[in-house]
Amino acid sequence: MGRIGYFFLYLSLAAVAIFQVFPIVWLFLFSLKNNQEIFSKSPFALPTEFRWENYLKVWEGGIGIYFWNSIWITGVAIALTVILASMATFVITRMQWKWSKLVLGLFMIGLMIPIHSAIIPLFSMFLNVNLIDNPWSIVITYTAYNLPITMMILLGFYYTLPREIEEAAIIDGCSVHRMFFRIILPMTIPVMSTTVIINMIYNWNEFVFVNTFISSDKYKTLTVGIQNFIGQYMTDWGAIGATLIISVLPILLAFLFFSNKVVEGISSSAVKG
Amino acid sequence: MNKVMSNKWIIALYVLPALLLIGILIFIPLILTGYYGLMKWDGIGSMEFIGLQNYVTALQDKKFWDSALHSFLLAVFSTLSLIIYLAISLILASKIKGADLLRKIYLIPMLLSSVAIAQLWVKIYNPSNGMLNSLLMAIGVENPPAWLAEPSLVLYAIFIPILWQYAGFYILIYYAALKNIPESIIEAAKIDGASPIQIAYKIKLPLIMGVVKVTIVLAVVGSLKYFDLIYVMTGGGPNGASEVMASYMYKLAFSTNNFGYGSAIGFLLLIITLIVTLIIRKATATKEEIQY
Repeated sequence: MGRIGYFFLYLSLAAVAIFQVFPIVWLFLFSLKNNQEIFSKSPFALPTEFRWENYLKVWEGGIGIYFWNSIWITGVAIALTVILASMATFVITRMQWKWSKLVLGLFMIGLMIPIHSAIIPLFSMFLNVNLIDNPWSIVITYTAYNLPITMMILLGFYYTLPREIEEAAIIDGCSVHRMFFRIILPMTIPVMSTTVIINMIYNWNEFVFVNTFISSDKYKTLTVGIQNFIGQYMTDWGAIGATLIISVLPILLAFLFFSNKVVEGISSSAVKG
Repeated sequence: MNKVMSNKWIIALYVLPALLLIGILIFIPLILTGYYGLMKWDGIGSMEFIGLQNYVTALQDKKFWDSALHSFLLAVFSTLSLIIYLAISLILASKIKGADLLRKIYLIPMLLSSVAIAQLWVKIYNPSNGMLNSLLMAIGVENPPAWLAEPSLVLYAIFIPILWQYAGFYILIYYAALKNIPESIIEAAKIDGASPIQIAYKIKLPLIMGVVKVTIVLAVVGSLKYFDLIYVMTGGGPNGASEVMASYMYKLAFSTNNFGYGSAIGFLLLIITLIVTLIIRKATATKEEIQY
Protein backbone atom coordinates (compact mmCIF):
# COMPACT_ATOMS: atom_id res chain seq x y z
CA MET A 1 0.00 0.00 0.00
CA GLY A 2 1.31 3.44 -0.90
CA ARG A 3 1.79 6.47 1.26
CA ILE A 4 -1.52 7.95 0.22
CA GLY A 5 -3.27 4.76 1.22
CA TYR A 6 -1.77 4.94 4.69
CA PHE A 7 -2.65 8.60 4.94
CA PHE A 8 -6.32 7.88 4.33
CA LEU A 9 -6.23 4.88 6.61
CA TYR A 10 -4.95 7.00 9.47
CA LEU A 11 -7.33 9.77 8.59
CA SER A 12 -10.33 7.49 8.96
CA LEU A 13 -8.99 5.91 12.16
CA ALA A 14 -8.44 9.39 13.58
CA ALA A 15 -11.93 10.44 12.54
CA VAL A 16 -13.36 7.49 14.46
CA ALA A 17 -11.22 8.41 17.47
CA ILE A 18 -12.52 11.98 17.36
CA PHE A 19 -16.10 10.74 17.11
CA GLN A 20 -15.51 8.53 20.15
CA VAL A 21 -13.91 11.17 22.32
CA PHE A 22 -15.19 14.53 21.19
CA PRO A 23 -18.63 14.31 22.84
CA ILE A 24 -16.90 13.81 26.18
CA VAL A 25 -14.54 16.73 25.55
CA TRP A 26 -17.54 18.84 24.60
CA LEU A 27 -19.24 17.82 27.86
CA PHE A 28 -16.15 18.90 29.78
CA LEU A 29 -16.09 22.22 27.92
CA PHE A 30 -19.64 23.09 28.77
CA SER A 31 -19.14 22.06 32.38
CA LEU A 32 -16.79 25.06 32.60
CA LYS A 33 -19.12 27.58 30.99
CA ASN A 34 -22.09 29.56 32.14
CA ASN A 35 -25.42 29.63 30.36
CA GLN A 36 -24.67 32.89 28.61
CA GLU A 37 -21.57 31.43 26.98
CA ILE A 38 -23.38 28.21 26.14
CA PHE A 39 -26.40 29.81 24.57
CA SER A 40 -24.86 32.78 22.78
CA LYS A 41 -21.60 31.36 21.50
CA SER A 42 -20.62 28.47 19.33
CA PRO A 43 -20.84 25.13 21.15
CA PHE A 44 -17.26 24.47 20.09
CA ALA A 45 -15.84 27.65 21.61
CA LEU A 46 -13.47 27.31 24.54
CA PRO A 47 -14.77 28.70 27.82
CA THR A 48 -13.79 32.37 28.27
CA GLU A 49 -12.71 31.50 31.78
CA PHE A 50 -12.72 28.15 33.51
CA ARG A 51 -15.74 28.27 35.77
CA TRP A 52 -14.82 25.61 38.29
CA GLU A 53 -17.54 27.11 40.48
CA ASN A 54 -19.98 24.89 38.55
CA TYR A 55 -18.31 21.93 40.22
CA LEU A 56 -18.39 23.63 43.61
CA LYS A 57 -22.07 24.42 43.13
CA VAL A 58 -23.17 20.86 42.37
CA TRP A 59 -20.91 19.47 45.08
CA GLU A 60 -22.50 21.80 47.61
CA GLY A 61 -25.87 20.97 46.13
CA GLY A 62 -25.41 17.52 47.68
CA ILE A 63 -23.93 15.25 45.06
CA GLY A 64 -21.46 14.06 47.70
CA ILE A 65 -23.98 11.73 49.31
CA TYR A 66 -24.66 9.98 45.97
CA PHE A 67 -20.95 9.77 45.37
CA TRP A 68 -20.36 8.14 48.74
CA ASN A 69 -23.25 5.70 48.22
CA SER A 70 -21.83 4.71 44.85
CA ILE A 71 -18.44 4.13 46.43
CA TRP A 72 -19.50 1.95 49.33
CA ILE A 73 -22.19 0.01 47.48
CA THR A 74 -19.84 -0.64 44.57
CA GLY A 75 -17.01 -1.60 46.94
CA VAL A 76 -18.96 -3.96 49.17
CA ALA A 77 -20.64 -5.64 46.22
CA ILE A 78 -17.28 -6.14 44.49
CA ALA A 79 -15.74 -7.68 47.60
CA LEU A 80 -18.69 -10.04 48.06
CA THR A 81 -18.85 -10.98 44.39
CA VAL A 82 -15.18 -11.70 43.98
CA ILE A 83 -14.81 -13.77 47.14
CA LEU A 84 -17.99 -15.80 46.56
CA ALA A 85 -17.14 -16.29 42.89
CA SER A 86 -13.60 -17.38 43.75
CA MET A 87 -14.85 -19.91 46.29
CA ALA A 88 -17.42 -21.34 43.91
CA THR A 89 -14.97 -21.43 41.01
CA PHE A 90 -12.39 -23.17 43.16
CA VAL A 91 -14.84 -25.87 44.14
CA ILE A 92 -16.10 -26.30 40.58
CA THR A 93 -12.70 -26.48 38.93
CA ARG A 94 -10.49 -28.08 41.56
CA MET A 95 -12.59 -30.39 43.71
CA GLN A 96 -14.10 -33.70 42.63
CA TRP A 97 -17.86 -34.06 42.88
CA LYS A 98 -20.71 -35.35 40.81
CA TRP A 99 -22.72 -32.17 40.26
CA SER A 100 -19.95 -29.75 39.35
CA LYS A 101 -20.85 -29.56 35.64
CA LEU A 102 -24.52 -29.02 36.42
CA VAL A 103 -23.83 -26.28 38.95
CA LEU A 104 -21.46 -24.57 36.55
CA GLY A 105 -24.20 -24.74 33.92
CA LEU A 106 -26.61 -22.96 36.27
CA PHE A 107 -24.19 -20.12 36.76
CA MET A 108 -23.61 -19.84 33.03
CA ILE A 109 -27.34 -19.68 32.31
CA GLY A 110 -27.28 -16.61 34.53
CA LEU A 111 -25.32 -14.88 31.77
CA MET A 112 -28.20 -15.01 29.32
CA ILE A 113 -30.94 -13.62 31.53
CA PRO A 114 -32.38 -10.19 30.74
CA ILE A 115 -32.52 -8.50 34.14
CA HIS A 116 -35.74 -6.75 33.22
CA SER A 117 -37.51 -10.08 33.18
CA ALA A 118 -36.70 -10.55 36.85
CA ILE A 119 -37.22 -7.09 38.21
CA ILE A 120 -40.93 -7.20 39.06
CA PRO A 121 -40.67 -10.31 41.28
CA LEU A 122 -37.44 -8.97 42.79
CA PHE A 123 -39.28 -5.80 43.69
CA SER A 124 -42.13 -7.69 45.36
CA MET A 125 -39.71 -10.05 47.13
CA PHE A 126 -37.77 -7.14 48.58
CA LEU A 127 -41.03 -5.45 49.51
CA ASN A 128 -42.05 -8.54 51.49
CA VAL A 129 -38.83 -8.68 53.47
CA ASN A 130 -38.60 -4.93 54.00
CA LEU A 131 -35.58 -4.44 51.80
CA ILE A 132 -37.16 -1.83 49.54
CA ASP A 133 -35.43 1.50 50.01
CA ASN A 134 -32.60 -0.30 51.73
CA PRO A 135 -29.17 -0.16 50.06
CA TRP A 136 -28.44 -3.78 50.99
CA SER A 137 -31.02 -4.91 48.47
CA ILE A 138 -28.79 -3.27 45.86
CA VAL A 139 -25.62 -4.82 47.25
CA ILE A 140 -26.97 -8.38 47.15
CA THR A 141 -28.57 -7.89 43.76
CA TYR A 142 -25.31 -6.63 42.27
CA THR A 143 -23.50 -9.56 43.84
CA ALA A 144 -25.91 -12.15 42.45
CA TYR A 145 -26.09 -10.69 38.95
CA ASN A 146 -22.31 -10.25 38.65
CA LEU A 147 -21.43 -13.72 39.94
CA PRO A 148 -21.82 -15.50 36.57
CA ILE A 149 -19.64 -13.11 34.59
CA THR A 150 -17.04 -12.97 37.36
CA MET A 151 -16.86 -16.76 37.53
CA MET A 152 -16.55 -16.95 33.78
CA ILE A 153 -13.48 -14.72 33.84
CA LEU A 154 -11.99 -16.70 36.74
CA LEU A 155 -12.67 -20.15 35.25
CA GLY A 156 -9.93 -20.22 32.65
CA PHE A 157 -7.33 -19.18 35.18
CA TYR A 158 -8.39 -21.77 37.75
CA TYR A 159 -8.34 -24.57 35.18
CA THR A 160 -4.69 -23.84 34.37
CA LEU A 161 -3.43 -23.96 37.95
CA PRO A 162 -1.17 -27.03 38.32
CA ARG A 163 -2.55 -29.92 40.39
CA GLU A 164 0.79 -30.30 42.14
CA ILE A 165 0.07 -27.26 44.27
CA GLU A 166 -2.84 -28.96 45.96
CA GLU A 167 -1.07 -32.27 46.24
CA ALA A 168 1.93 -30.68 47.90
CA ALA A 169 -0.25 -28.66 50.25
CA ILE A 170 -2.23 -31.70 51.33
CA ILE A 171 0.83 -33.86 51.81
CA ASP A 172 2.17 -31.11 54.04
CA GLY A 173 -0.99 -31.46 56.10
CA CYS A 174 -2.63 -28.24 54.95
CA SER A 175 -6.41 -27.98 55.30
CA VAL A 176 -8.52 -27.11 52.26
CA HIS A 177 -9.49 -23.76 53.78
CA ARG A 178 -5.90 -22.84 54.40
CA MET A 179 -4.92 -24.03 50.95
CA PHE A 180 -7.62 -21.95 49.31
CA PHE A 181 -7.19 -18.75 51.28
CA ARG A 182 -3.43 -18.80 51.74
CA ILE A 183 -2.17 -20.44 48.56
CA ILE A 184 -4.73 -20.52 45.72
CA LEU A 185 -6.43 -17.16 46.28
CA PRO A 186 -3.17 -15.17 46.35
CA MET A 187 -2.13 -16.90 43.13
CA THR A 188 -5.23 -15.64 41.36
CA ILE A 189 -4.57 -11.97 42.08
CA PRO A 190 -3.87 -11.04 38.44
CA VAL A 191 -7.20 -12.39 37.17
CA MET A 192 -8.98 -11.25 40.33
CA SER A 193 -7.94 -7.68 39.67
CA THR A 194 -9.48 -7.98 36.21
CA THR A 195 -12.77 -9.09 37.71
CA VAL A 196 -12.62 -6.28 40.26
CA ILE A 197 -12.33 -3.66 37.57
CA ILE A 198 -15.11 -5.20 35.47
CA ASN A 199 -17.38 -5.34 38.51
CA MET A 200 -16.49 -1.76 39.29
CA ILE A 201 -17.56 -0.58 35.85
CA TYR A 202 -20.84 -2.52 36.03
CA ASN A 203 -21.78 -1.52 39.56
CA TRP A 204 -20.77 2.10 39.28
CA ASN A 205 -22.89 2.55 36.17
CA GLU A 206 -25.89 0.44 37.16
CA PHE A 207 -29.21 2.23 36.91
CA VAL A 208 -32.36 0.15 36.81
CA PHE A 209 -32.02 -1.68 40.15
CA VAL A 210 -31.32 1.51 42.10
CA ASN A 211 -34.04 3.37 40.25
CA THR A 212 -36.54 0.65 41.15
CA PHE A 213 -35.57 -0.37 44.68
CA ILE A 214 -34.43 2.92 46.19
CA SER A 215 -36.68 5.90 46.75
CA SER A 216 -34.90 7.98 49.42
CA ASP A 217 -32.33 10.47 48.21
CA LYS A 218 -29.98 9.48 51.01
CA TYR A 219 -29.52 5.98 49.54
CA LYS A 220 -29.36 6.81 45.85
CA THR A 221 -26.20 6.20 43.87
CA LEU A 222 -24.73 8.58 41.32
CA THR A 223 -26.40 7.20 38.21
CA VAL A 224 -29.84 7.71 39.69
CA GLY A 225 -28.93 10.75 41.77
CA ILE A 226 -27.71 12.71 38.76
CA GLN A 227 -31.18 12.36 37.31
CA ASN A 228 -32.46 14.43 40.27
CA PHE A 229 -29.75 16.95 39.75
CA ILE A 230 -30.53 17.37 36.13
CA GLY A 231 -34.14 18.02 37.00
CA GLN A 232 -33.09 20.54 39.61
CA TYR A 233 -30.70 22.39 37.29
CA MET A 234 -32.92 21.92 34.26
CA THR A 235 -31.67 25.04 32.52
CA ASP A 236 -28.19 25.36 34.03
CA TRP A 237 -26.10 23.50 31.50
CA GLY A 238 -22.83 24.25 33.27
CA ALA A 239 -24.09 22.55 36.43
CA ILE A 240 -25.41 19.61 34.44
CA GLY A 241 -22.06 19.21 32.71
CA ALA A 242 -20.21 19.34 36.01
CA THR A 243 -22.55 16.72 37.49
CA LEU A 244 -22.00 14.36 34.58
CA ILE A 245 -18.22 14.84 34.63
CA ILE A 246 -18.12 14.10 38.36
CA SER A 247 -20.14 10.94 37.79
CA VAL A 248 -17.87 9.55 35.06
CA LEU A 249 -14.53 10.68 36.49
CA PRO A 250 -13.77 7.71 38.78
CA ILE A 251 -14.21 5.22 35.95
CA LEU A 252 -12.18 7.30 33.52
CA LEU A 253 -9.39 7.56 36.10
CA ALA A 254 -9.50 3.83 36.74
CA PHE A 255 -9.25 3.28 32.99
CA LEU A 256 -6.27 5.61 32.77
CA PHE A 257 -4.38 3.53 35.32
CA PHE A 258 -5.67 0.05 34.58
CA SER A 259 -6.56 0.15 30.91
CA ASN A 260 -4.92 -3.21 30.23
CA LYS A 261 -7.00 -4.86 32.95
CA VAL A 262 -10.15 -3.29 31.55
CA VAL A 263 -9.32 -4.49 28.05
CA GLU A 264 -8.57 -7.97 29.35
CA GLY A 265 -11.73 -8.09 31.42
CA ILE A 266 -14.02 -6.88 28.67
CA SER A 267 -12.61 -9.26 26.11
CA SER A 268 -12.60 -12.29 28.37
CA SER A 269 -16.11 -11.57 29.58
CA ALA A 270 -17.39 -11.20 26.04
CA VAL A 271 -15.78 -14.01 24.10
CA LYS A 272 -17.90 -16.84 25.27
CA GLY A 273 -19.72 -19.14 22.91
CA MET B 1 -5.65 -36.47 48.31
CA ASN B 2 -8.81 -37.48 46.51
CA LYS B 3 -10.58 -37.87 49.79
CA VAL B 4 -9.73 -34.37 50.90
CA MET B 5 -10.57 -32.88 47.52
CA SER B 6 -14.01 -34.43 47.45
CA ASN B 7 -15.09 -33.53 50.96
CA LYS B 8 -18.81 -32.82 50.62
CA TRP B 9 -18.96 -30.39 53.53
CA ILE B 10 -16.24 -28.22 52.12
CA ILE B 11 -17.79 -28.27 48.65
CA ALA B 12 -21.16 -27.23 50.07
CA LEU B 13 -19.64 -24.54 52.24
CA TYR B 14 -17.84 -22.96 49.28
CA VAL B 15 -20.44 -23.21 46.56
CA LEU B 16 -23.73 -22.79 48.42
CA PRO B 17 -23.51 -19.07 49.20
CA ALA B 18 -23.09 -18.20 45.53
CA LEU B 19 -25.63 -20.80 44.43
CA LEU B 20 -28.24 -19.58 46.92
CA LEU B 21 -27.75 -16.00 45.80
CA ILE B 22 -28.33 -16.73 42.12
CA GLY B 23 -31.13 -19.15 43.00
CA ILE B 24 -33.01 -16.62 45.10
CA LEU B 25 -32.24 -13.48 43.13
CA ILE B 26 -32.13 -14.77 39.54
CA PHE B 27 -33.91 -18.10 39.08
CA ILE B 28 -36.83 -17.78 41.49
CA PRO B 29 -37.73 -14.30 40.16
CA LEU B 30 -37.71 -15.65 36.61
CA ILE B 31 -40.17 -18.37 37.55
CA LEU B 32 -42.26 -15.86 39.47
CA THR B 33 -42.39 -13.56 36.44
CA GLY B 34 -44.16 -16.28 34.48
CA TYR B 35 -46.44 -16.94 37.44
CA TYR B 36 -47.35 -13.27 38.05
CA GLY B 37 -48.11 -13.07 34.35
CA LEU B 38 -51.11 -15.29 35.06
CA MET B 39 -52.49 -12.82 37.59
CA LYS B 40 -54.42 -9.64 37.64
CA TRP B 41 -52.40 -7.72 40.21
CA ASP B 42 -51.57 -4.13 41.08
CA GLY B 43 -48.43 -5.04 43.02
CA ILE B 44 -49.85 -4.35 46.46
CA GLY B 45 -53.35 -5.84 46.76
CA SER B 46 -54.32 -9.47 46.38
CA MET B 47 -53.75 -11.37 43.17
CA GLU B 48 -56.52 -12.73 41.04
CA PHE B 49 -55.78 -15.72 38.82
CA ILE B 50 -56.85 -14.99 35.25
CA GLY B 51 -55.07 -17.73 33.34
CA LEU B 52 -53.40 -16.76 30.10
CA GLN B 53 -55.42 -13.63 29.65
CA ASN B 54 -52.46 -11.25 30.10
CA TYR B 55 -50.55 -13.15 27.45
CA VAL B 56 -53.52 -13.06 25.09
CA THR B 57 -53.89 -9.33 25.73
CA ALA B 58 -50.18 -8.83 24.99
CA LEU B 59 -50.50 -10.56 21.65
CA GLN B 60 -53.31 -8.18 20.70
CA ASP B 61 -51.69 -5.10 22.22
CA LYS B 62 -50.53 -2.73 19.49
CA LYS B 63 -48.19 -0.96 21.92
CA PHE B 64 -46.48 -4.23 22.72
CA TRP B 65 -46.02 -5.09 19.05
CA ASP B 66 -44.72 -1.59 18.35
CA SER B 67 -42.20 -1.90 21.17
CA ALA B 68 -41.18 -5.33 19.89
CA LEU B 69 -40.76 -3.86 16.40
CA HIS B 70 -38.55 -1.07 17.77
CA SER B 71 -36.43 -3.61 19.66
CA PHE B 72 -36.18 -5.63 16.46
CA LEU B 73 -35.11 -2.58 14.43
CA LEU B 74 -32.43 -1.76 16.99
CA ALA B 75 -31.24 -5.35 16.74
CA VAL B 76 -31.00 -5.03 12.94
CA PHE B 77 -29.11 -1.72 13.19
CA SER B 78 -26.77 -3.18 15.80
CA THR B 79 -26.03 -6.21 13.67
CA LEU B 80 -25.36 -4.07 10.61
CA SER B 81 -23.05 -1.83 12.62
CA LEU B 82 -20.88 -4.89 13.24
CA ILE B 83 -19.70 -4.53 9.62
CA ILE B 84 -18.27 -1.08 10.41
CA TYR B 85 -16.62 -2.36 13.57
CA LEU B 86 -15.19 -5.30 11.67
CA ALA B 87 -13.77 -3.05 8.96
CA ILE B 88 -12.12 -0.81 11.54
CA SER B 89 -10.70 -3.84 13.35
CA LEU B 90 -9.26 -5.23 10.12
CA ILE B 91 -7.44 -1.94 9.55
CA LEU B 92 -6.29 -1.73 13.15
CA ALA B 93 -4.97 -5.27 13.18
CA SER B 94 -2.97 -4.91 9.98
CA LYS B 95 0.18 -3.82 11.77
CA ILE B 96 -0.77 -0.20 12.06
CA LYS B 97 1.31 1.91 14.41
CA GLY B 98 -0.61 3.11 17.43
CA ALA B 99 -3.29 0.44 17.07
CA ASP B 100 -3.29 -0.34 20.79
CA LEU B 101 -3.73 3.28 21.74
CA LEU B 102 -6.51 3.84 19.20
CA ARG B 103 -8.31 0.72 20.37
CA LYS B 104 -8.24 2.05 23.93
CA ILE B 105 -9.50 5.47 22.85
CA TYR B 106 -12.39 3.81 21.04
CA LEU B 107 -13.28 1.98 24.24
CA ILE B 108 -13.81 5.09 26.39
CA PRO B 109 -17.57 5.57 25.82
CA MET B 110 -18.17 1.98 26.91
CA LEU B 111 -17.01 2.93 30.41
CA LEU B 112 -19.66 5.57 30.97
CA SER B 113 -23.05 4.84 32.45
CA SER B 114 -25.98 4.76 30.07
CA VAL B 115 -27.52 7.55 32.13
CA ALA B 116 -24.54 9.85 31.59
CA ILE B 117 -24.45 8.91 27.92
CA ALA B 118 -28.15 9.58 27.59
CA GLN B 119 -27.88 12.99 29.25
CA LEU B 120 -24.88 13.90 27.14
CA TRP B 121 -26.60 12.96 23.89
CA VAL B 122 -29.80 14.72 24.88
CA LYS B 123 -27.63 17.84 25.05
CA ILE B 124 -25.94 17.02 21.75
CA TYR B 125 -29.36 16.66 20.11
CA ASN B 126 -30.76 19.79 21.75
CA PRO B 127 -32.55 21.57 18.88
CA SER B 128 -31.44 25.11 19.67
CA ASN B 129 -27.88 24.88 21.02
CA GLY B 130 -26.84 21.27 20.90
CA MET B 131 -23.61 20.35 19.20
CA LEU B 132 -25.27 18.60 16.26
CA ASN B 133 -27.68 21.30 15.16
CA SER B 134 -25.14 24.07 15.70
CA LEU B 135 -22.82 22.16 13.42
CA LEU B 136 -25.56 21.64 10.86
CA MET B 137 -26.51 25.31 10.90
CA ALA B 138 -22.86 26.26 10.56
CA ILE B 139 -22.63 24.30 7.33
CA GLY B 140 -25.81 25.88 6.01
CA VAL B 141 -28.69 23.60 7.01
CA GLU B 142 -31.41 26.08 7.78
CA ASN B 143 -33.93 24.17 9.82
CA PRO B 144 -32.33 21.11 11.34
CA PRO B 145 -34.85 18.79 12.98
CA ALA B 146 -35.55 18.40 16.69
CA TRP B 147 -34.13 14.90 16.59
CA LEU B 148 -35.65 13.39 19.69
CA ALA B 149 -39.08 14.99 19.22
CA GLU B 150 -39.57 13.64 15.70
CA PRO B 151 -41.34 10.25 15.76
CA SER B 152 -39.84 9.26 12.40
CA LEU B 153 -36.28 10.12 13.47
CA VAL B 154 -36.13 9.31 17.15
CA LEU B 155 -35.14 5.66 16.78
CA TYR B 156 -32.22 6.53 14.49
CA ALA B 157 -31.22 9.35 16.83
CA ILE B 158 -31.14 6.88 19.71
CA PHE B 159 -29.16 4.40 17.71
CA ILE B 160 -26.22 6.79 17.20
CA PRO B 161 -25.26 6.83 20.91
CA ILE B 162 -25.65 3.05 20.97
CA LEU B 163 -23.28 2.78 18.00
CA TRP B 164 -20.95 5.17 19.81
CA GLN B 165 -21.13 3.38 23.14
CA TYR B 166 -20.40 -0.13 21.88
CA ALA B 167 -17.88 0.60 19.10
CA GLY B 168 -14.86 0.02 21.31
CA PHE B 169 -16.32 -3.17 22.73
CA TYR B 170 -16.78 -4.93 19.40
CA ILE B 171 -13.58 -3.54 17.93
CA LEU B 172 -11.75 -4.92 20.95
CA ILE B 173 -13.23 -8.38 20.45
CA TYR B 174 -12.52 -8.47 16.70
CA TYR B 175 -9.05 -7.05 17.15
CA ALA B 176 -8.17 -9.72 19.71
CA ALA B 177 -9.45 -12.45 17.39
CA LEU B 178 -7.54 -11.07 14.41
CA LYS B 179 -4.35 -10.86 16.43
CA ASN B 180 -4.69 -14.57 17.17
CA ILE B 181 -4.36 -15.55 13.52
CA PRO B 182 -0.88 -17.00 13.01
CA GLU B 183 1.40 -14.76 11.00
CA SER B 184 2.55 -17.69 8.83
CA ILE B 185 -0.86 -18.03 7.16
CA ILE B 186 -0.92 -14.37 6.16
CA GLU B 187 2.69 -14.58 4.95
CA ALA B 188 1.91 -17.61 2.82
CA ALA B 189 -1.02 -15.81 1.22
CA LYS B 190 1.15 -12.78 0.50
CA ILE B 191 3.74 -14.96 -1.20
CA ASP B 192 0.98 -16.43 -3.33
CA GLY B 193 0.20 -12.89 -4.42
CA ALA B 194 -3.00 -12.19 -2.50
CA SER B 195 -3.95 -8.53 -2.09
CA PRO B 196 -4.72 -7.07 1.38
CA ILE B 197 -8.42 -7.04 0.51
CA GLN B 198 -8.31 -10.68 -0.58
CA ILE B 199 -6.44 -11.61 2.57
CA ALA B 200 -9.01 -9.85 4.70
CA TYR B 201 -12.00 -11.30 2.90
CA LYS B 202 -10.84 -14.79 2.05
CA ILE B 203 -8.53 -15.63 4.94
CA LYS B 204 -8.95 -13.44 7.99
CA LEU B 205 -12.73 -13.22 7.94
CA PRO B 206 -13.37 -16.98 7.69
CA LEU B 207 -10.84 -17.59 10.43
CA ILE B 208 -12.61 -15.33 12.91
CA MET B 209 -16.13 -16.37 11.88
CA GLY B 210 -16.69 -18.03 15.25
CA VAL B 211 -16.11 -14.75 17.03
CA VAL B 212 -18.28 -12.89 14.54
CA LYS B 213 -21.15 -15.24 15.34
CA VAL B 214 -20.73 -14.60 19.04
CA THR B 215 -20.88 -10.86 18.44
CA ILE B 216 -24.06 -11.24 16.39
CA VAL B 217 -25.70 -12.98 19.34
CA LEU B 218 -24.40 -10.30 21.69
CA ALA B 219 -25.64 -7.48 19.47
CA VAL B 220 -29.11 -8.95 18.97
CA VAL B 221 -29.66 -10.05 22.54
CA GLY B 222 -28.21 -6.77 23.80
CA SER B 223 -30.70 -4.87 21.63
CA LEU B 224 -33.63 -6.81 23.04
CA LYS B 225 -32.54 -5.69 26.50
CA TYR B 226 -31.94 -1.97 25.80
CA PHE B 227 -33.48 0.08 28.52
CA ASP B 228 -31.47 2.67 30.47
CA LEU B 229 -30.46 4.80 27.54
CA ILE B 230 -33.93 5.01 26.03
CA TYR B 231 -35.66 5.42 29.38
CA VAL B 232 -33.51 8.46 30.15
CA MET B 233 -33.27 9.97 26.67
CA THR B 234 -36.90 9.87 25.61
CA GLY B 235 -38.88 7.84 28.11
CA GLY B 236 -40.15 5.91 25.08
CA GLY B 237 -41.55 9.03 23.43
CA PRO B 238 -42.57 10.97 21.51
CA ASN B 239 -45.88 9.18 21.63
CA GLY B 240 -44.34 5.71 21.97
CA ALA B 241 -42.11 6.11 18.92
CA SER B 242 -39.03 4.89 20.80
CA GLU B 243 -40.69 2.48 23.23
CA VAL B 244 -38.90 -0.87 23.44
CA MET B 245 -39.99 -4.08 25.15
CA ALA B 246 -38.09 -3.49 28.38
CA SER B 247 -39.25 0.11 28.73
CA TYR B 248 -42.85 -0.84 28.00
CA MET B 249 -42.72 -3.58 30.64
CA TYR B 250 -41.15 -1.21 33.15
CA LYS B 251 -43.79 1.44 32.58
CA LEU B 252 -46.64 -1.04 32.91
CA ALA B 253 -45.35 -2.24 36.27
CA PHE B 254 -43.87 0.79 37.92
CA SER B 255 -45.81 3.71 36.42
CA THR B 256 -49.27 2.25 35.97
CA ASN B 257 -49.06 -0.46 38.68
CA ASN B 258 -50.14 -3.10 36.24
CA PHE B 259 -47.81 -5.72 37.73
CA GLY B 260 -49.60 -8.75 36.32
CA TYR B 261 -49.56 -7.51 32.76
CA GLY B 262 -46.03 -6.13 33.15
CA SER B 263 -44.88 -9.56 34.32
CA ALA B 264 -46.45 -11.19 31.29
CA ILE B 265 -44.49 -8.82 29.04
CA GLY B 266 -41.34 -9.49 31.11
CA PHE B 267 -41.83 -13.22 30.63
CA LEU B 268 -42.36 -12.79 26.90
CA LEU B 269 -39.14 -10.77 26.82
CA LEU B 270 -37.34 -13.65 28.51
CA ILE B 271 -38.79 -16.23 26.12
CA ILE B 272 -38.05 -14.11 23.05
CA THR B 273 -34.47 -13.53 24.23
CA LEU B 274 -33.87 -17.24 24.80
CA ILE B 275 -35.47 -18.26 21.50
CA VAL B 276 -33.56 -15.65 19.51
CA THR B 277 -30.30 -16.74 21.13
CA LEU B 278 -31.00 -20.35 20.21
CA ILE B 279 -32.05 -19.52 16.65
CA ILE B 280 -28.96 -17.45 15.96
CA ARG B 281 -26.74 -20.13 17.48
CA LYS B 282 -28.36 -22.80 15.32
CA ALA B 283 -28.40 -20.68 12.18
CA THR B 284 -24.75 -19.80 12.51
CA ALA B 285 -23.52 -23.12 13.80
CA THR B 286 -20.65 -24.54 11.76
CA LYS B 287 -20.21 -28.25 11.29
CA GLU B 288 -16.56 -28.11 12.00
CA GLU B 289 -14.42 -25.46 13.57
CA ILE B 290 -11.67 -24.17 11.36
CA GLN B 291 -8.35 -25.37 12.60
CA TYR B 292 -5.11 -23.55 12.22
